Amino acid sequence: MRRLAGTAAKAAAIALFAFALIGPLANLVLWSVAERWYTPYKLPVTYGTRYWEVVFRPTGDAMSALSTSVAIACLVVVVALAVSVPAGYALARLRLPARTLIMIAFLLPQAFPSIAIYINVARVFYGLGLTGTIAGVVLVHAAHALVYSVWITSAAFAAVDRDFELAARSIGATPWHAFRTVTLPLAAPGIMASAIFVFLESLDEFTGTFFVGVPQVSTLPLLLYNASMGGNYQIASITALILLVPSVLFMLVIERFLRADVLAKVGR
Amino acid sequence: MTSRRFPLSGLLLVAPALAMVAAMFVFPFVLSVVSAFSSPAGAPTLANFAKAFELYSGDIAFTLLIVGLSTVLIALASIAIAGTLTLSETPWLVTALAWLYRWPLFIPFIVAAQCMRTFLAKNGLMNNSFVTLGVLDPDSTQSFLDWRGIVITFAWKQTPFVALLLAGAMASLDRATIEAARNLGASRLRSLIEIVLPQVAPTLLVGLVLSFVTMLSVLSVPLMVAGSQPTMMTVDMAFRINSYSDYPVANALGVISYLFTALAAWVYLRHSLGQERGQP
Repeated sequence: MRRLAGTAAKAAAIALFAFALIGPLANLVLWSVAERWYTPYKLPVTYGTRYWEVVFRPTGDAMSALSTSVAIACLVVVVALAVSVPAGYALARLRLPARTLIMIAFLLPQAFPSIAIYINVARVFYGLGLTGTIAGVVLVHAAHALVYSVWITSAAFAAVDRDFELAARSIGATPWHAFRTVTLPLAAPGIMASAIFVFLESLDEFTGTFFVGVPQVSTLPLLLYNASMGGNYQIASITALILLVPSVLFMLVIERFLRADVLAKVGR
Repeated sequence: MTSRRFPLSGLLLVAPALAMVAAMFVFPFVLSVVSAFSSPAGAPTLANFAKAFELYSGDIAFTLLIVGLSTVLIALASIAIAGTLTLSETPWLVTALAWLYRWPLFIPFIVAAQCMRTFLAKNGLMNNSFVTLGVLDPDSTQSFLDWRGIVITFAWKQTPFVALLLAGAMASLDRATIEAARNLGASRLRSLIEIVLPQVAPTLLVGLVLSFVTMLSVLSVPLMVAGSQPTMMTVDMAFRINSYSDYPVANALGVISYLFTALAAWVYLRHSLGQERGQP
């Protein structure tokens, strides 16, 4: 009898926990298919996909925000990796003065309250004609994501067995050739993981775009914000769901790219 | 390797990334501090801080309170989750919990804010579910879209992150000490508090400090979940800029938020340095 009561209490606790975790997401899904929903009705009055059609209309704001967001995220990945692969390699393999300080330098943009930084970046960019441009937003996102790209690529290089490189070098490969044909391919899954981190970081970024991108650059998070503040919960919810898809996919595949041996070296 | 002969090559490879941090973080950071301490004529002054305190002292205290309360809730919830995952003797409970708790992990703050904006409303799914179950009276429902909403959103979003770190740290502990405590008759709660937690405290602290700093700089959640006063400093900074182009006061608020971050970093460093010296 006590055992039964214990099981019932555990089941109730996990049900409450599930409600707290999944409830907000369920509410989002409900709003995305609610054509009409007002008080005192507990569930949508009429269901339908009308707003999905609005969002996915090729000429609509949402589609242009989606393509802007994806284009920015891809450019951010290119910029971040272009500076992070050399830096990550150097941090993993070469002797550097003040190595710990250099590692911490990349953490700073994430560790400090970013909003005060963005305000001043926007001010500087205004003088340079970079506010409201894709280039300006890409720079802001890339700097913010550097901690992921540098730390993870560095861990990926550190996890590559040095003996493979030495073997390539001893049979006559130049350092560059050994890097390109041995080290880089072996570190590729880790670099891929850092690229995914950077892509998502850019896709989900709101505050920086809010200050540097407005009014010309509209990304999905800005569209979500404007729709929600304008009371258009359907559009806001559908946009939120679009942003959720890559996040959830990422949660499911991250372990495949970020192997334990790489993960153990992150931040070292 | 070639690098031993050319230590410069390493610096050259790191230079572009460091230049980016310098241009996009260090430079604007210095600008914000200089602007916060400068009068319109450029003379050093504390007037911007005086004005920031005069206008927003309530919001500054409110911000600390919200972020502090959220951090406490995140700590309790993640200890409960990770503790259950590690010590529970009910396999189905562990499986269900392990599957459930990670969901908000990679959800962006702005999406979490939109979820909560509907879920916590007076007629949101939360109240409606409780009314349907008969737990709440339809007339007594209230909206949670105020400071409570911000705290709930922060805890919902950040708990999985800290719980993930903590569960990982607990999983790598030596089970023998826990088994020994259990064999000597300690309850699971007591083993958790007296045996497990002290060993994973550094991991918990890292997770909490990172969450504290992250929550301090979130703009979307206070904007979308709680529209009215009092609100968080991030909203005030955005307002000073967008409505008045008042950079000095916004930057003064920014410097205050740096100080909060420094406080969190100090707590962390003091603890981790103490550990290195062999003190708890």
